[in-house]
Amino acid sequence: MLSKAQETDAARQALARLLPLAEEAARRLGRRAVLMEVCGTHTMAIARSGIKSLLAGSLDLRSGPGCPVCVTEQRDIDKIIAMAGQPGVVIATFGDMLRVPGTKTSLEVERARGARVEIFYSPMEAVEFAARHPQKEVVFLGVGFETTTPALALSIAAAKSRGLTNYSVFSVHKLVPPVMRALLSDPDLNIDGLLLPGHVCTITGRKAFDFVSAEYRAPAVVAGFEPVDILEAIYALLKQITAGQARTLNGYARLVREEGNRKAKEIMAEIFEPTGAAWRGFGEIAQSGLTIRKSYADYDAAVRFPVEVPEALPPKGCACGEVLKGKITADKCKLFGRVCTPSSPVGPCMVSLEGACAAYYQYERHEV
Amino acid sequence: MCLGIPGKVVSLNQAEQWAVVESFGVRKKIGIDLIDEEIAPGDYLMVHAGYAIGKIDQMDAQVTLEMWEEILDAE
Repeated sequence: MLSKAQETDAARQALARLLPLAEEAARRLGRRAVLMEVCGTHTMAIARSGIKSLLAGSLDLRSGPGCPVCVTEQRDIDKIIAMAGQPGVVIATFGDMLRVPGTKTSLEVERARGARVEIFYSPMEAVEFAARHPQKEVVFLGVGFETTTPALALSIAAAKSRGLTNYSVFSVHKLVPPVMRALLSDPDLNIDGLLLPGHVCTITGRKAFDFVSAEYRAPAVVAGFEPVDILEAIYALLKQITAGQARTLNGYARLVREEGNRKAKEIMAEIFEPTGAAWRGFGEIAQSGLTIRKSYADYDAAVRFPVEVPEALPPKGCACGEVLKGKITADKCKLFGRVCTPSSPVGPCMVSLEGACAAYYQYERHEV
Repeated sequence: MCLGIPGKVVSLNQAEQWAVVESFGVRKKIGIDLIDEEIAPGDYLMVHAGYAIGKIDQMDAQVTLEMWEEILDAE
């Protein structure tokens, strides 16, 4: 087992090998190489480890659309809040959705006004809650990527097998590969390499991301979440950039398999099917969302509790959309640190701990 | 949200598809419905939203735990 000192030592060695390589890549490209991560946990890990600032002189490390709460479209947030106002409905959610501002209000504010909002660690706890409260309609907010969707799918399967009629899911689930295609096709971005999200890949498998190198000629590395994992993945990306190669590699083999998690993929496909979905900052992306199949319509909150909300614009002045596309860093938003802070967030990227703005505020902020 | 936390298997019930895992000294019952591989007490699992999503090498799990401990302390 690695000790803390060995881990630090490994990280230091990786860093020493990495710096000259980053400089070589910059010489080759005529600018700093642009590497992007698309995972909120990577955003946090990179920010808190100081990796980004250590390498900033020769490498441009950016965050992409890796925070599920952040990429949820304003209109979907408004729908969720409208659903919370329906009689008998209990909104069940993971914690980070609570404070996300909708157009007029948030779940947190509505809860203070009397709406019932319960926070759960696992959707299965919400199924238990529904079983104990048959007179309540429990609506779980299905916000998340491939990592989260299997747990939601299992909760629907459990509700069905237990004969519960008061549990449903509002699915705004999203898929990572389609948004990655959108990023790689964006001519303004010039992404030279991608750090692939380790826990999403645990479900999808490494192969699901072969298209990054095969179709877009960009190197990609599945990365774990420790500083040394991230440094090694960056090293593997820079090695490929300087050698003019593009491969999709697995830097997290202790957990990620070639084909991913078979059972998770099966239960997801049983309950959900791909559909077009709107992402904050990106707009509509074909086949990038997951909707509940018609055969499970009884567990689909969008069918059970249809709500209509007007077209919604993002909060005024909030640059969350541009931050999610990696076009600007958090500190370039006019509201950052002045109007928008973790204690009074304007946009979702400052609410979620995984949001690029919150991570920047907590770990990388200098005096503003 | 894709936050995974490694946990060490303390006990398990294959028939009912659950295990008790320990992370940061806290024991929790989690679902093992998604795991294809054999699981035994002492194994490390990556846990997300109440379910194990994969089995991990013991070698590295400890370091991740320390990292998460720090992050949780910061909250």
